[in-house]
Amino acid sequence: MKLFINGKEETFNGLGTLHDLIVSKNLPEQRIIVEVNGNLIKRDEWERTALQEADRIEILRFVGGG
Amino acid sequence: MTDYLTIAGVRLTSRLFVGTGKFASYDLIPKVIEASRTQVVTVALRRIDFDTPGENMLEYIPKDVIVMPNTSGARNAEEAARIARIAREAGCGNWVKIEVITDQKYLLPDNIETIKATEILAKEGFVVLPYMSPDLMAAKRMVDAGAAAVMPLGAPIGTNRGLKTKELLRILIEEIEAPIVVDAGIGRPSEAVEALEMGAAAVLVNTAIATADDPVLMAEAFGQAVEIGRKAYLAGPGATSEYAAASSPLTGFLSQ
Repeated sequence: MKLFINGKEETFNGLGTLHDLIVSKNLPEQRIIVEVNGNLIKRDEWERTALQEADRIEILRFVGGG
Repeated sequence: MTDYLTIAGVRLTSRLFVGTGKFASYDLIPKVIEASRTQVVTVALRRIDFDTPGENMLEYIPKDVIVMPNTSGARNAEEAARIARIAREAGCGNWVKIEVITDQKYLLPDNIETIKATEILAKEGFVVLPYMSPDLMAAKRMVDAGAAAVMPLGAPIGTNRGLKTKELLRILIEEIEAPIVVDAGIGRPSEAVEALEMGAAAVLVNTAIATADDPVLMAEAFGQAVEIGRKAYLAGPGATSEYAAASSPLTGFLSQ
């Protein structure tokens, strides 16, 4: 499956849900924010969010800023 | 009588807002917050870097401090609104610093897009504090659009050059009823004193603290500076005059 993650194209095998993707990226413990195709997906919805070919996924976090 | 700065019904005792960018380590942030006694801090939202995922910076901010995400990276009103909505959904509360910038040399904000973003987000229930170039009409429009305070720059972001826009700030302070928070450019506590003395409601400081040799000590100095400046403003400075006016009596000299 081809996905666009933070603007970069990546290919995955055997990925079902958004939760699977987060796990494969070793990110579950981080306080992160995820958008799929411009829609914010809350953490408790990750397991039920099925990924589709060519989804655009943004994985964000808070950083220091002025 | 306690002197509060009230924004959107929240009574703040500190008139110093602190930005959390550029610190050598997140470990400094709670220390800076404590030393400065700030009650409002800004953060930014960014794409995660998978090579260095880093830490969650929100964990370094005490729970009783208002976290005000900025919309840095936004190039127009819609992008600013999107960032604000994401931050709110992520549990950051409803305060937002609007920052819309396309000028990469001076990082001067786009007042027109900022007015539009203010209107969109105020309608959605955000407490909107727009970062802006100090222009009276733009400030009026931001307030009309629902801004809770207006945040004009003293000098370009990160320059530490002080109140280069002083005359325009003075006009905004005089003419705008909403709180004026001088954001960007303040490099030294003396400049924070000056801004508060002029009647600014607060200042937002980041680079001056983060890039000091001792950021925690500088945070404390800024915390004291805003208190001094505010007291001087409330005390009402005396008039200036061209010529000398003796402070000691002009009669009864010993030589007479």
